[in-house]
Amino acid sequence: MDLLAAISGNLNTIGYGLAAIGPGIGVGILVGKTQEAIARQPELRGSLMGTMFVGAGLAEALALFGLVVGFIWN
Amino acid sequence: MARLWRPLLGVMDLSSISGVLAAEPGGGEGTGMHMPSIDELYPEPFWRIGTWFEFNRLDLVRLIAIGAVVLLVYLGARRTRMVPGRGQSTFELAVGFVHHQIAETAMPPAMARRYLPFIAWIFFSVLALNLTGVIPFLNVSSNALVAVPMILAVCAWIAFVAQGIRAHGAGHYFADALFPKGAPKIMYALLTPIELLSTFILRPVTLCVRLMANMIAGHFLLTAFFMMTSYLFLQASGLVKTVGILTSAASLVFVLFEIFVACLQAYIFALLTSVYIGLAKEEH
Repeated sequence: MDLLAAISGNLNTIGYGLAAIGPGIGVGILVGKTQEAIARQPELRGSLMGTMFVGAGLAEALALFGLVVGFIWN
Repeated sequence: MARLWRPLLGVMDLSSISGVLAAEPGGGEGTGMHMPSIDELYPEPFWRIGTWFEFNRLDLVRLIAIGAVVLLVYLGARRTRMVPGRGQSTFELAVGFVHHQIAETAMPPAMARRYLPFIAWIFFSVLALNLTGVIPFLNVSSNALVAVPMILAVCAWIAFVAQGIRAHGAGHYFADALFPKGAPKIMYALLTPIELLSTFILRPVTLCVRLMANMIAGHFLLTAFFMMTSYLFLQASGLVKTVGILTSAASLVFVLFEIFVACLQAYIFALLTSVYIGLAKEEH
């Protein structure tokens, strides 16, 4: 059988790339919306930034789960 | 004692970053680029080998970080006065940040005051243990291992469950948390497992894994860039060496980014803990 293409290495990297898509979109929306909110009401900047960081932490955790899972099933 | 300090002083042998330098002095026979792996987080123990309390480089880093926190808090709070000196006012600024920016945003003022020592303990421990990841010669955050994040997350879990039980009584608290009011009876078949999972299992697990994975990722990021720089400068040939300037500049930027991440993760850990405690009080 002729081999047309071969891939060596670990699919985990691709898995992590896939896992990073969703949180990437999520953090993007989150920061964008916070920017919008700050533009509308600059006086609420402090509390908006606070909740934004918490939300970013939550969204980012998903991407990091991908990282950890990649190491678990190595 | 000498055995205790050797790994720190002889950091050229043990630290992951200078591992390449030590292995290939002056770029002799290059073995190619060495990329970081998860094994670096499990260095060989060098003290009390073979016992249950094996002591490795990460434990040493952990002790140094906690020692620094204890020392700083001691110096800051040693002689508290009405009119604070420089040390005390810096300390008050830090504790004030935890009090007003973290605890009070998530719970009522009286409660924030009561939980301040706990939240401050979490914040400063996490911050100190995270910052060792960017301090030269320490170069690894012991939060990249699951132990400390897990203990802190379990403490946070105990704190918010205890607060819920104290505020509403055990029966009421668990009933309210697991059977949200206003849902049709049949929906509980679906809702209760979800609530159980999200409130009592996923909260501590995410607290722990978020912190740990951030520190692992940060360590790999920094190590990868340091190693790339070292490889490009010492082993690469000709013009390729100049790419090393780019990677060393990038590693500087990532060090700054990691300092930001260290502070952010400490903030998020402390804030989420106070949010969970505040929610346990409110749920009814």
